[in-house]
Amino acid sequence: MVLELQKPRPIWQIMFSTHHTDIGLLYLITSLTFLFLGGALALAIRAELFLPGSQIIADSMTFNRMFTVHGTTLIFLFLLPFASAVGNYLVPIMVRYKDMAYPKLNAIAFWMIPPAATLIWLGFADFTWYANPPYSIISAPGPAADMWIFGLKILGISSVLGAINFIVTILKCKHPDMSIGQVPLLAWSFLTSSLIVLVAIPTFAAALLMLLTDRLGVSGFFNPAMGGDPIAYAHLFWFTFHPEVYVLVIPAIGMMYEIIPRFSRKPIFSHSSGIFAFVLLSMVSFSSWAHHMYATGMSFTEKTVFMIGTLAAVPASAMHVFNFIATMWNGRIKFATPMMWAVGGIALFFSAGAGGVVNAAMPLDFQTHDSYWVVGHFHLFVMGTIAFGSIGFLYYIFPYVTGRMYNEKMGQIHFILSFIGTVLVFFTQHVLGLYGMPRRVYDYPPIPEWITMNQIASVGAMIIGVSMVIFLINMIYSSGKGKIADTDDPFSLGGKYYFPYEAKNPHH
Amino acid sequence: MGHHSNWPEWVYIGVVVALMVWVGAEAWNAERLVEHIPADAEVIKVTGQQWFWSFEHEDGTKEIGELHVKVGKAYKFEITSKDVNHSFNIHDYVVLLDAIPGRVNTVWFAPMEVGEHDIQCREYCGLIHYNMRGKLIVEEAEPSS
Repeated sequence: MVLELQKPRPIWQIMFSTHHTDIGLLYLITSLTFLFLGGALALAIRAELFLPGSQIIADSMTFNRMFTVHGTTLIFLFLLPFASAVGNYLVPIMVRYKDMAYPKLNAIAFWMIPPAATLIWLGFADFTWYANPPYSIISAPGPAADMWIFGLKILGISSVLGAINFIVTILKCKHPDMSIGQVPLLAWSFLTSSLIVLVAIPTFAAALLMLLTDRLGVSGFFNPAMGGDPIAYAHLFWFTFHPEVYVLVIPAIGMMYEIIPRFSRKPIFSHSSGIFAFVLLSMVSFSSWAHHMYATGMSFTEKTVFMIGTLAAVPASAMHVFNFIATMWNGRIKFATPMMWAVGGIALFFSAGAGGVVNAAMPLDFQTHDSYWVVGHFHLFVMGTIAFGSIGFLYYIFPYVTGRMYNEKMGQIHFILSFIGTVLVFFTQHVLGLYGMPRRVYDYPPIPEWITMNQIASVGAMIIGVSMVIFLINMIYSSGKGKIADTDDPFSLGGKYYFPYEAKNPHH
Repeated sequence: MGHHSNWPEWVYIGVVVALMVWVGAEAWNAERLVEHIPADAEVIKVTGQQWFWSFEHEDGTKEIGELHVKVGKAYKFEITSKDVNHSFNIHDYVVLLDAIPGRVNTVWFAPMEVGEHDIQCREYCGLIHYNMRGKLIVEEAEPSS
């Protein structure tokens, strides 16, 4: 296994490298930086909403910019690059090939991220990560809006280039002795999510271009004053971004497929079920996009079609949950930190999905749409499932990558605080939404139930914040000064279940 | 691969699919009933704009920010916007539908109790989205002579 940090290397060597392990490391550092930046924005937002009236943010425009950049950052600059980090690092190793299929293209795809991130953060647009017109055309202040558009454009291209690399590496470069059915499930998760990216992203690329030309006044795609239709943007956006949420969750489920069998000391219940579930989920993800648009005035038939498409994805997700539970059943489970995060993540995944079924049911969505229920719902996915799976996986590969062990007690405290905090924030927000509080609001009327629930949520957010500081300290300290790990079996799981992959970085 | 039996997984998937079919069927039926607008519903034109709601009754009466209706009557909202997307929401009555410029969206309700309820905007529309609120006032019907 590649031991990154035991021998110091010049930083320029890593930055100019095209080797997949170095690019994985670059994606990792980038994604974790933005986890903390986006998380800091979240804490500021929750501090502001602790009480009605202005607390720490002076005006609503600043608040609107903060939640826009919070969402944009955590999705595009944390979750996606983190998945790319794991994929770049491990996919070539898992298919027993020397690197990604196109190493130079791989480096280019990574290096598009810093300029895009700079555009987004220097601009600090206010129109939500949805950027929907007509507001984003006629009312959103520039140049922030245009910088956001360019930033997202660049990130989309980066995603597509990365997807091409994953698909070709897995399908064409895998070892001749390895059949496609034997490819590990984590690699399958990158294959399927990359296929989704190839199909879904171009639609949003088109929408971004149309948004830009509309803003310039040279077209009228989405501007009713020029004969356009704002709903057209909604379709284009959600046609990309509903499948995109599966691009986010599928690698995290793949990561859980690495952790759970190993820490249960049992093989996966059904490898072929896992493959089937990934493939089915990625296809069905394209059939539900307009469930985000039930309130736009769609006909009864349209809504019904998308409700069916949404419900159809549930069995595929359920197959993964079954696979995990069946794997753990009768296993000799070791609840080390990575396993806690994975199992906690599955529990929250189930809760998130259950809330999603409520949203899918047409009449119920009219209670929850654009309220804090939705905020609670999707955060159970992005934080409770994807971030939990990702953080657990980070703890898991930490000894393999650094050659040292992280502090197990701190890791467990990190999990417990994050789990409690996540439940406090996001379960509460479901109830808050049922009481009617809208999303994206700088302030709210002093309704007693709203105040109480906002306070519970804010306390939960601060607990998560504290846990993340513990995490940061653990990661930094242990990388340099942690106990030396036995890289054959750092978790003392016993013979057959150690990390079976090998890598060779030419710089070592 | 494992030599365990597969029937638990098939049963599980069967249960999940049955549950989804049930949710779908119930939702389909409920929405079908909810969307059936009574023929005698009185039209109220609702216009959203940055950052307030205005209303026009069938008899030409206009209101801004406040909407007065009579208990026990059915009303049909014809909703549009003058500028950006908004969303007309009376949460207590589960009235929720986007106000989109260039388009009219229709939703109905029939308040059965006298009282006051909040009107809010449920689609981000900029600076004062958070305070684009109003009041629905449901009053006693005039006694017919």
